[in-house]
Amino acid sequence: MSSVRHYDFLRRMPEASHDLRQRLSFWQVIHIDPILLLLLFALTVCGLWVLYSASEGNIRMMQRQGVFFVIAYIGLFAVAQVRLSLVARWSIFLYLGGVALLIAVLFIGVGAKGAQRWLSLGSFRFQPSEIMKLAMPIVISAYLSSKALPPRFKHIFWLLILVFVPTSLIMLQPDLGTSILVAASGLIVLFYAGLSWRYILAAFTLIVMSIWPMWQYVLRDYQRQRVITLFDPESDPQGAGWNIIQSKTAIGSGGITGKGWLEGTQSHLNFLPESHTDFIIAVLAEEFGFIGVVVLLALYLLIIFRGLVIAVNGQDSFRRLLAGSITLTFFIYVFVNVGMVAGLLPVVGVPLPLVSLGGTSLVTLMLGFGVLMAISTEQRRVVNK
Amino acid sequence: MTMKAKMYSVKIYRWRFYGVYLMLIVLTMALLWRLSKLQIIPNEHRGFEFLQEQGTARTLRTEKIPAHRGVITDRYGKYLAVSTPVVSLWADPRKLLTAEEQWSLLADSLNMDRIQLKDKLKRYSSKKFMYLSRQLDPSDAERILRHNIKGVYGRQEYKRFYPAGEVAAHVVGFTNIDDQGQEGLEFVHERWLAGTSGERQVLKDLSGRTIKDVDLLKQEVSGKDLALSIDLRIQSLAYRELKTAVKAHAAKAGSVVLLDARNGGILAMVNQPSYNPNDRRQLDPNALPNRAITDPVEPASTVKPLTMMVALESGRFSLNSTIDTNPGYFRVGRKDVTDPVNYGVMDLTKIITKSSQVGITKVALDLDGSEIREMFFRLGFGQSVGIGVPSESIGVLPNYKNWLPIDQASFSYGYGLSVTIVQLAQAYSVIANGGVKKPVSILKLDNQPDSSRVVDKKIAQQIVGMLETVVKPGGTATKANLESYTSAGKTGTVRILGVDGDYDGNSHSSLFVGFAPTNNPRIIAAIAIHEPSRGKYYGGEVAAPVFARVAKRSLQLLQTPPANLPLKDSKVVRIKKVSNTQSVTKKVEPLI
Repeated sequence: MSSVRHYDFLRRMPEASHDLRQRLSFWQVIHIDPILLLLLFALTVCGLWVLYSASEGNIRMMQRQGVFFVIAYIGLFAVAQVRLSLVARWSIFLYLGGVALLIAVLFIGVGAKGAQRWLSLGSFRFQPSEIMKLAMPIVISAYLSSKALPPRFKHIFWLLILVFVPTSLIMLQPDLGTSILVAASGLIVLFYAGLSWRYILAAFTLIVMSIWPMWQYVLRDYQRQRVITLFDPESDPQGAGWNIIQSKTAIGSGGITGKGWLEGTQSHLNFLPESHTDFIIAVLAEEFGFIGVVVLLALYLLIIFRGLVIAVNGQDSFRRLLAGSITLTFFIYVFVNVGMVAGLLPVVGVPLPLVSLGGTSLVTLMLGFGVLMAISTEQRRVVNK
Repeated sequence: MTMKAKMYSVKIYRWRFYGVYLMLIVLTMALLWRLSKLQIIPNEHRGFEFLQEQGTARTLRTEKIPAHRGVITDRYGKYLAVSTPVVSLWADPRKLLTAEEQWSLLADSLNMDRIQLKDKLKRYSSKKFMYLSRQLDPSDAERILRHNIKGVYGRQEYKRFYPAGEVAAHVVGFTNIDDQGQEGLEFVHERWLAGTSGERQVLKDLSGRTIKDVDLLKQEVSGKDLALSIDLRIQSLAYRELKTAVKAHAAKAGSVVLLDARNGGILAMVNQPSYNPNDRRQLDPNALPNRAITDPVEPASTVKPLTMMVALESGRFSLNSTIDTNPGYFRVGRKDVTDPVNYGVMDLTKIITKSSQVGITKVALDLDGSEIREMFFRLGFGQSVGIGVPSESIGVLPNYKNWLPIDQASFSYGYGLSVTIVQLAQAYSVIANGGVKKPVSILKLDNQPDSSRVVDKKIAQQIVGMLETVVKPGGTATKANLESYTSAGKTGTVRILGVDGDYDGNSHSSLFVGFAPTNNPRIIAAIAIHEPSRGKYYGGEVAAPVFARVAKRSLQLLQTPPANLPLKDSKVVRIKKVSNTQSVTKKVEPLI
């Protein structure tokens, strides 16, 4: 952590920075964090590999996903070039634009299975809630970093409004999983910003106390069923429990070393539902076993640690909060998805980041990493007050 | 932002970041713990062993491999029954019910009414299995299966096809839709033909489609083939002639049985009415029985030669013995036995030639009733012929403690007992074979079956002599004369017992039993035509012509050298020389 102190020192000595400024490296010039890029690349390649198996060699699906990868990497490079001070300044418009799109979804959105989640632009469809996943941490970080830290009650109140509006809009779609993630990406910022333990404790108490009323009045039947299923999948094996029983069977069938690539029976014979989207890790677990899952989780953790290192080294609180939030939200994705597939959490529709099939999610995640790259490689300059 | 605030905030960040690290590790450990519980920690009820077993249970299925049913052929290997692979479509109604949008597609591809399909689905809604369409051509089934309709599956089966159709229907029988023999030899030799189905392990996907074979658990054993003694050419010929005759005389039914004189094999066994075993949707139950073996008839005059054998065997009669039949009728008990005309004094041969009731009655009354019965029994009446055909009748051959003259008399001219057409043919085969009884067989036998002598050769030859006169001018069956072959036989005209147990005098059965050629018999044929209704009903008029046509053509097919070639026309002989084999021409030459 000596480097942290070094930068702190630099920051506190504006006059000296000119002389002490290091020569810019190649990576700093192109605004790319090589370690993070390498890890992301490794993960996405593994992801495509598993997806190929999950899609049963569906070339068209793979081509589509490949195109999204190219778009996502281009987006990452582009975002990495953006000056973050600009992002902070325009964050409120990004946020308001996202909210406007979410409102639009409620009226003119398209979707399937009783949920309206997509906006359709010709043949191209995207989920505005995905934009919010990025807009939310940006706007909260910008807001909080403009105030004195730790945040005061007044700020916390406004901030909660900022979180509440898009979260409830997404919940109306309905898309519980995404709304929780969006809320989390905002609240994480608050946590990083030094929210008092008293508030945290109070919030925690409130949550515990609201479990029962939530259960009774807010959750829909199918959502309640999912929670029941978590504890007792066999209560409805053909219905709500089906997904989780099948995914557990697929994971368990893999054993330690797995059955080998393309050899998974549960996924290939259609027993595993949603095998190329939300439940793709079960495909990996069946074909590559426990070892495969550990390798994948290790990749995720390395990315997350790298993200946290970037966050800690961020120049100012906006950058630190933003990087920290993006990284931790990424971890929550992974945890919620794997936890769900392994039967540790209720079934919520959260894809496995960077691996599951799906263009919008992939692109927004990569844009988020683009932001991390920008934070990581920004020229160390003194922030003028 | 003051410097102090900044310092403070930095401290908090640190703290919070460490907290996040800790949380990351804890949560990741939780995931790994959970996954390892599923994948590597042994636990019989929830661990990987259980889950792997579950996975296998979902995908691995044991499937039956249907065994190919053995073919049935005639003696030369021509197919009488063959199995072809077909596919039956079935549905899991519970799954199909959830795919309502595909019903119309399914109904259309099955050529089924949509409402009908819907009704059927409703009826089966609580079941797991229902047939949609059975025994489809594999390519048609594949076309429907390719729609991937939820809950619709195909099952490999075999369908029986009978190339000979109605010609061999009664002999061969048929299988039901599940490929199990129901009638005829298909039924009798079920175990021989069926084979045993095998088992294999296959990988199936969620919709129940077989993805690949994993393991062969048990090899299926194909059924064994069955070769019959039937000669399909003769069978067809006999069938055609019988059908023509039945039609011409507007008869109710009829049967023809042809035996191979050399080994007792059945060359042809046909009945009218018959049915098409390949399409049994409008099957008339009347067409089902193999009448030649299931329906006994009173043999009437056809047993007179057999009575004569008893007479000759008794020593009380010889060929020169004469019987006075004046005045053409004779009273036995309360019944008058009459001849159509007064034949006067006749020898035994003439009694047979003219089929004299009075003559044979007088001979019979000089014999012992039980002797006559014993002779009939020796010739196979009242017993199974032993070819194992279902619902075979053994006929009726009563045995009396005290033979009344009328019993004795009726026995002698073939009433008061009943026999099947096969039994009748068998009895005549003994005469044809010089007193040797060869077991009748429907299967092609590799070895000559054990035969036994039941009548003295000389007596048998004497009877042959009598029977030869029947087909010659003056006999009752001149229409059974084969011209190019010598032949012998006996007519029978049966008055059929009416419903009230009385002979009503209106319905008859026409019989003829004979063999050819007489010097070295090759075939024995028995013909029965029941209830002809166009005026003619005498055996010599209705049954004998059928014998002539069938026997003549059969002998030609069997390459039997003609006995009485027209001597004048040497050209015919020359043609024969060219077309026939060496051995045949050799036999022909001395005759010229």
